[in-house]
Order: sequence, then structure tokens, then C-alpha cells
Amino acid sequence: MTTSTPAPRRDEDLPGAGEGSGRRQRRSGGRRGPGGQRSARMRGPLRTLLSLLVVTVLLFGGIGVARLWAEPAASLTPQLGLDLAGGRQIVMAPLTEEGDAASADQLEQAIDIIRRRVDGGGVAEAEVTRMGQNVSVAIPGNPTADQVEALSRSSQLSFRPVLVAQPTGPQAELPEQRTLPLPPSLIQEQLEELEQQQEGSGTGDETGDSVEEGTTDDGTTDEAEQTEENRGGTRLPMTEDGTEATQAPGVPADDDSSTAPPAEEETAPPADPSSLAQITPELQEEFTALDCAADGVATEVASAPSAEPTVACSVEADEKFILGPVELTGSSVTDANAGPETVQGGTVTGRWQVNLTFDGEGGQTFAEITSRLYGYQQGEAQNRFATVLDGEVITAPTVNGVISGGTATISGDFTPEESQNLANQLKFGALPLSFEVQTSEQISPTLGGEQLRYGVIAGIIGLLLVFAYMLVQYHALGLVAIGSLVVAALLAYGSVTLLGWANNFRLTMAGVTGLIVAIGITADSFIVYFERIRDEVRAGRPLRYAVDTGWERARRTLIISDVVNLIAASVLYLLSESGVKAFAFALGLTTVIDLLVVFMFTHPLVSILANTRYFGEGKKWSGMEPERLGAKRSAYLGRGRVREPDVIAPGRRRHTREELEGGVV
Amino acid sequence: MSRFSRLGNDLYSGARSYNIVGRRTFWYLLSAVLIAVSLVGLFGRGLNFGIEFSGGSELRVSQVSATQMEDYEQRAGDVIEAVNPEGTTTITQIGDDTVRVQTGQLPNADAEAARADLADEFGVDTEDVTSSFVGPSWGETVTQRALIALAVFLALVTLVLTFYFHTWKMAVAALVALIHDVLFTVGIYALLGIEVSPASVIGFLTILGYSIYDTIVVFDKVRENTEHAFDTKRQTYGEAANQAVNQTFVRSVNTSVVALLPVAVILVVGISLIGPGTLVDLAWALFIGIAVGTFSSIFIATPLLVHLRERELFIRKHDAQVTRRRARHDAREAARDQEADADGMPGDGEDELVGVGAGQDGETSGGAGATADTGGGLRGGQTQGRQLHPYAQRGPRNQPKRKKRGR
Repeated sequence: MTTSTPAPRRDEDLPGAGEGSGRRQRRSGGRRGPGGQRSARMRGPLRTLLSLLVVTVLLFGGIGVARLWAEPAASLTPQLGLDLAGGRQIVMAPLTEEGDAASADQLEQAIDIIRRRVDGGGVAEAEVTRMGQNVSVAIPGNPTADQVEALSRSSQLSFRPVLVAQPTGPQAELPEQRTLPLPPSLIQEQLEELEQQQEGSGTGDETGDSVEEGTTDDGTTDEAEQTEENRGGTRLPMTEDGTEATQAPGVPADDDSSTAPPAEEETAPPADPSSLAQITPELQEEFTALDCAADGVATEVASAPSAEPTVACSVEADEKFILGPVELTGSSVTDANAGPETVQGGTVTGRWQVNLTFDGEGGQTFAEITSRLYGYQQGEAQNRFATVLDGEVITAPTVNGVISGGTATISGDFTPEESQNLANQLKFGALPLSFEVQTSEQISPTLGGEQLRYGVIAGIIGLLLVFAYMLVQYHALGLVAIGSLVVAALLAYGSVTLLGWANNFRLTMAGVTGLIVAIGITADSFIVYFERIRDEVRAGRPLRYAVDTGWERARRTLIISDVVNLIAASVLYLLSESGVKAFAFALGLTTVIDLLVVFMFTHPLVSILANTRYFGEGKKWSGMEPERLGAKRSAYLGRGRVREPDVIAPGRRRHTREELEGGVV
Repeated sequence: MSRFSRLGNDLYSGARSYNIVGRRTFWYLLSAVLIAVSLVGLFGRGLNFGIEFSGGSELRVSQVSATQMEDYEQRAGDVIEAVNPEGTTTITQIGDDTVRVQTGQLPNADAEAARADLADEFGVDTEDVTSSFVGPSWGETVTQRALIALAVFLALVTLVLTFYFHTWKMAVAALVALIHDVLFTVGIYALLGIEVSPASVIGFLTILGYSIYDTIVVFDKVRENTEHAFDTKRQTYGEAANQAVNQTFVRSVNTSVVALLPVAVILVVGISLIGPGTLVDLAWALFIGIAVGTFSSIFIATPLLVHLRERELFIRKHDAQVTRRRARHDAREAARDQEADADGMPGDGEDELVGVGAGQDGETSGGAGATADTGGGLRGGQTQGRQLHPYAQRGPRNQPKRKKRGR
């Protein structure tokens, strides 16, 4: 088989140089031989080993960094799945109002709704997955009955007038660029936000202007409304931009306009849903105390009585509101879709908008509302109209005209995805899905913990047995296998932990079992490799060549078999659901680790060892003794006679050079 | 131990060789019997699907005191029997103080009755007994999706293997082995009445991965050996494949031992300490699957591959060439032996030398290492009184002198 081996040989291995290299080998047999040839031979493998070390250090360094500085801090152990950590598994079937099963689109929306509820409901670290036609929610710990109830109630979309709006979150504190007096009032914060945005984005002004123009166009022709989009941090500035566009006041004017209304509105008749008289001291207090970053706000808001004003947060939790009573519910919305914004004459502006259609009665109500809100100045909070889905304000546009035809448009700086998303929320919020709980199962953590504990114990015993077996089979070479397995185990632990933090990957029982099985498959890589080396030694090849050629062949086998495993893992991951997905992920992960360890640890290490005296000369118990492997070295018998190695490798015409010159270099 | 490594040496060199490919009818029959048994299990007994597949009611009695735990299976079974005589009921202890009863779907009234009765039986409050309905969500959706994924996977793997091995027959043989493994494992499940839970489905998928992995490792060696045989024309396809199986035999044994050891430990720990659950379900699937996976890649996949490929025109030509070559050589060998017996006819020294060379070749292809020694011996000593080449007869006098090795 030598003839077919394409392995490039280094100079020193060529026949003429054989003797010399052999001697040199022996001379500098020590571990740290400074000989030039030696170090050349070692440098490659050493470099590979070093890079693996770097990878490992990076992995665990990443965990450490995430532990120390990240928010939330990473845990030093893998995240555990529901079956191990305990918790409640709820499977819900989304149903439309008529009791039909939800369509695929609606299902996506339903998952979205549930996910938002879970996130907003204070249920930390819950997992929402699609399970066929159903939605599966896994909540760690022991959720209260209320929380479970909140998850399964039907989706509510309602429209409420905005009474007070105030940005929250980090943006509110950012700008300090201009020296301004800083009275500790809410309005001040608003102002700062405004300034930041004005300074930060000149385009914001232009956008505001163009929207304004569009409004006049639409206003003259039809009842369509152009309002400003207000998602994300751009909301407030754009509102204010609108103010500027119409009134062109300076910054101080804004200050005035924002502070003035509360005083004026004190006298407004309380029957007006936009009246600020509705703001009781309690409500004000609640508003001041409202922390949009806290959990459970949406749930609370969603259960607030619809006829009374309430406080609420935006979806992004970057603005908080005091909202008037519900004036219109989602059932009045007949359709909502996203499309490119057009001005009169059908020219596409390149921006996106959401078109909202109301039914007859809803359109009428909406006309009344808009005419009232339009009465407020642009830029005032009361000019805005909040759309609340499940207790969160998904959008709160300003009203730029009286809309009497039952069709409204919401425009702003949308990406197509954003507008589509908003349209979906409006449409499906309008078509309330209810959720029927199919399975609600409390999984005891003690049970899972017990299983995990025994599973880990079993894994460790299994690992020890594997170690013992490798030692018996491969002697000193078995130590390399053990080392490789330990490295693989370290890498697996590190990646599972890091992924638990970064991707919320959770280790389930299936995953643990997958990892334990991976011991076998990973060890197999070493076995394949070692057996190939042994085969080469049996064929009479000197050990150093045996390692090289054995690796060439083993590598092919390892790559193709691991590639197939990776295909299996990715196909299962992409196409299947829940438990199977987690398993597929574990399989893929261990396969990658297997490849990594064999290429970057086992092979370099064996190459280095093959250059040491102990392994390279096939000493006793090294696991590579040519005699034990049946390779007879040729021996000089004296008087010009040579005893030839008697085994000719199959298919070989005559003895190879290596066989004749001896089993070892 | 050293016996095992000697076995490895012998298998590698061909000093000992199990004729696995040649005896393929036997292996086919054996696996046909295995499959038949598992089919009997599958269709006779049917799979014991867990509650996740069939749907049903689940009652949990919590806060059961240790003294009440005695004989819980029988007692809970009786209670349920009274309420719902049909349907299979599984009763398991979960943790220290909880009894889980899974049964067919109970109407609301029955479920209430069962709750009250169970609470009575185990001396707990009715509130401590929860009843819940488990929808057949797994059976309907997850398994279905997993099957779709499986089909895609198999198609992809067939493609990859076809490209890698340059023949679709290897892919087919690997897939047959794969199906054989999964079918057998599922059949054992049915026969032993092990509950099929979502975890066991995942176990089946693992087997699938392992089986194909193992088969590929063996096939890669087969590919290597057969390519070599095509080049040298010294072995028929079947022989080369058989030698490959023999040469990877030690690897296969080692690998399966290493893979089975952890699983076996889980199984033992699971059965003795934990009781039924995900862990044991998975371990069963894996244990059976890995064992049968190793078996099938050696005894089913390779013989099947030879079976499939032997009919190819190219392989038939190759095999015929090998046979012809061997016959020619045998004849020459026989002739040479006769000549040797006839004790040296003068004048055919040239032939003699050729004969010796060919003899060595023949022994190599036969795979018998021991006879090669004789060849060497013949060449080295001139004891037989055979005629030598005139060049050799001239003796050492005219040969270049060797320096004495005085060291």
C-alpha cells in the first residue's frame, strides 16, 4: 500500500537520509531536544495544540466575562431544561373566535402573542415553542395560577387616547451636550431626549416634514390619515418634529407647550376621555412609580378595567403612558395590512406604512375620536392615540387629521418587516385568538434533579470504564485517548454553559443522554485512528510513518462519518420540534467537538509522541510495539544473511523498504 | 488481552479470516429471523405508546406518606379499574411522595370519582390529587415532523454517500442496515412492552445516527481495500470486502464496547435506582440499537454490498480476471513443484527463477503469511541441489568485496 500513498515525505525520510535521520533521532531523543530537524517536526503539532488551548481559554474566558460583567450574569453551570429543573409545561391550542383551529399565519401570530405575554408577564426564562398546531410553553419553577391564566386568556386589542406620555429608559438620561438648566421635572427629561434626537439625526426633521406634506395631500383628497410612527426611540422626537414643522417654535416653546396643557386641562369636562382631569393623584403616583423594565406590567395593564384610565408601557419599554379609557376595541378593525407609502398620484415614496380599516361603526367612532384629538396641538401627548395589545402599547401615533372614512394609515420610518409586523399585530389582535389549554403539567424538580444526578453518576462510571478499557487495549496510547476525552468533555461543558447563557440553550434529559452517547462516538474516532496506526505498524511501517499514513486514512473516514452526523443533526434541527430539536443540537455540538478534538488535540499529540523515544521506538507498553502487533523486524543474522520480516502485507508484491529496514526508525 | 491483540494481528494479516461475506446467506437468514421476530412484536403486540402519544388522563397523588406508599401499584390499579375497566393504566412512583396514574381519557365525572377514590385510598386530601388531560400532541405533530426530517435526512445521506463512495449501492446497503437496526429496536420495544415515550423516539434517532456512522467506517475500509484489489487484480471484490470487514473487526468490537459501556451503566443505574423514566427509556433504545448497529454494519451491510455489486459488469470482469490469474498461477505452481520433484532438468534455469518470483506473488494473494517464509527459505539456501543461474553459480569470488564490519 506504500505505493499508493501520496503522503509527501520530508527529506530526512528519504532512503538515502534514512540512516542519518535515525541516528539523529536517537541522539536527541529527549523531550526538549533543541535539534533543528526535531523542532521542525514538532512545530506544526505544537502550534495546533496551542491554538486549541487558545480556543478553550476563549471559551471559558467568555463564560467568565459573561459571568462577571454581562447582564444577566451567566451561570457557571449549564442551563437545565424543564424536565431536569422542574417547572410547568403548558400546551395550548390556539382557537379563533368561531372555535376553528388557527391557520398557519394565525399560529405564528399566536406564538408571538404568547411569547409577548410570557416576556411581559414576569415569567422569567420561559420557553415558547411551536408544537405542530399548538403552542408549547415551558415555564421553569412553579408559576402561579394567575400567571397561567394570563397566558391563556384571549388576545385583546384596544384603542385608548393618550393623556401623558413620557420616555423612559437609558435614552432619557443620555444627552448632556448642551448646557441647559436641569430642573428635576419630567418635562425636562422629555426635552433632553428631544435635543438629543434633533442633534443626532438631521434626517428626522426631514422625515417629519415629508409626513406633514403627505398629510395635507391626503387630507385634501380623502379621509386617510398620516400620522407619525412612534416605535423605538424616534417616537418622541418625531412628534416634536411635527410640532416644529407646523409651528416652527424654538426649543423653549416645546418646553412651554409640554408644561402648559396639564394646567389648562384641569378645567376640561370630565366626560371627555382625553381629559387630564381623569388623572387622579393615585394614578399620577402610579405613573411616577411605573418601571417599564419591570416584569408583569403588561399583565397588570391588560387586566385593568377598560372604562377607566390606566398606565401602560410601550412594547419596547422606552416610553410610558397614562391612557384614557378604551374607546374602541380590536373587534372594530376589519383589516390591517402593510404596503409601500404612496403620495397622491400613486408615486411610491420608498417608505412603508400600515393601512388600517374599521367596520362601519368603528369608523364612525374613530372619526369622532380623531376629530377630538385633532383639536389638541400637534406634539401634545393628548394628540396621540394608543393602540394597546395585551397591555402593551404597540403604537401611539399622533393624529394629523380627522378621519371619517374608516380607513387610517400609520406611516413613519418603518422597515418593511416592521410595518408587516405591526399590521399583523393589528389584524390578529382584531381577530382575537383564544387559547385552549391542552396539557398543563407540573414537573417536579426533585424528580428531574434525581434523574440528572444518577445520569451524571452513570456517565462518570461509564467514562471511567471507557478509560479502563482504553488503557487495557491501547496501553500508553490509551492515555492519549483519555486526555482527548477529557478535553472533549471540557469543551462540551463549556459550550453548553456558554450557549445556555447566549442562546438560552437548555440541557434536557435527552441532551444529557446524547452527551453520554457522544462518549462512545468520540472515543470511536480515537479507536479508528489508533487502529489505522496499528495497521500501518503491522504492515511493517516504522512508527513515525505509521502515524502519518495512518492519519491520512483515518482522517478520510472520520470526516465522512462526522459529516453525515452533522447532516443528521442539522436536518433534524431545522425540521423538527421541541425535544427532537434539542437532541439534534446536542448531536451537532458533540460532532463538531469530536472533529475539533481529533484534529487539534489527538493527532498533534500522537505526532509529537511518535517522535519521542518511548513511543517512536515502540517500547514496551507504549501501545505501539511492532512485535506485539505482529510486525517482524528484519534482523541481521550475520555472515551477510538477513532474516526478512516474514509477513508480507496483503496485496504487496514484496517487502516494503520500511519492512526491510526495520519496524522502527 | 494479548490474545485479543493477536487476533487483531491475525485478522489484519489474513492469517485468520472469518468468511463473513461468503456465508452471507446465513447472516441474511439470521437477520430475517430477527426482523421476523420484531415484526411479530410490532404487529402482534403492538407498540406500547406512552400517554404523550395516545392522549389520556393523568392523575397525580401527591403528599403520600411513606407508609401509604406500600404496594401502591396494586392499590391504585384497583381504584382505576373500578372507575374505568377498559384501557391500559400505568402507575409509577415519582419522587418520594407522588404516585402518577396514567390511563385512557376519562370523562369529567369519572375523573372526579377517580380523584376522590384515590385520595381515599392513599389517605390524602382530594386537593392533593390532580387530574389533568394530556393531549396527544407528540403523536400527532412532533413525531410527524421528526419523520419528515428523517426522510429528508435519508435522501441527503444517500446523495452524500453516493458521491463519496462513487456508487449508490453503498448508500443503499447502508440504508438497509439502518432500517434493519431501527426496525429491530422498535420490534424489541414492542416485544418487551417498553413504553414508547418522546425520549425513546429520540433514542431511535440516535441509533439511526450511530448505525450510519458505524456502517460508514466499515465501508470506508471496504472502499480502500477494494480499490487496491482493482489495481492489483489479486483479490476478487468479495475477498477484498471480506478482508476489510476482518481488518476493521477489532475496531468494531472496541467501538461498540466503548459506546455500550456508558449506556450499560445508565441502564443498570436507571433500572436499579431510578425506576422508569426518560433515562431508562433512552438507555434501552440505545443499548439495543448500538449492539444491533454494530452487528448490521459487519454482517448485513457488507455482504449486501458485495451481493449488489458482484453483478456489475466491471466487478464481474475483475473477478474473472482474478480467477484466471490465480488458475494460471496455480497451474504454474503445480508445474514447478513437479519439476522440483523431478530434480532439476538442465537448461531451464530461467524458467525456474520466474517460477520462484510468481510463487511469492501467489502466496501473497492467498493471504497466507506462513508460506512466504518457505519462499524466502528456498531462495536463501541452495540445499535442494537445484540448478542455479549461471550468474549465481560463479560464486562470491567475482562479487564486490564487502568491508568487514569491525565495530
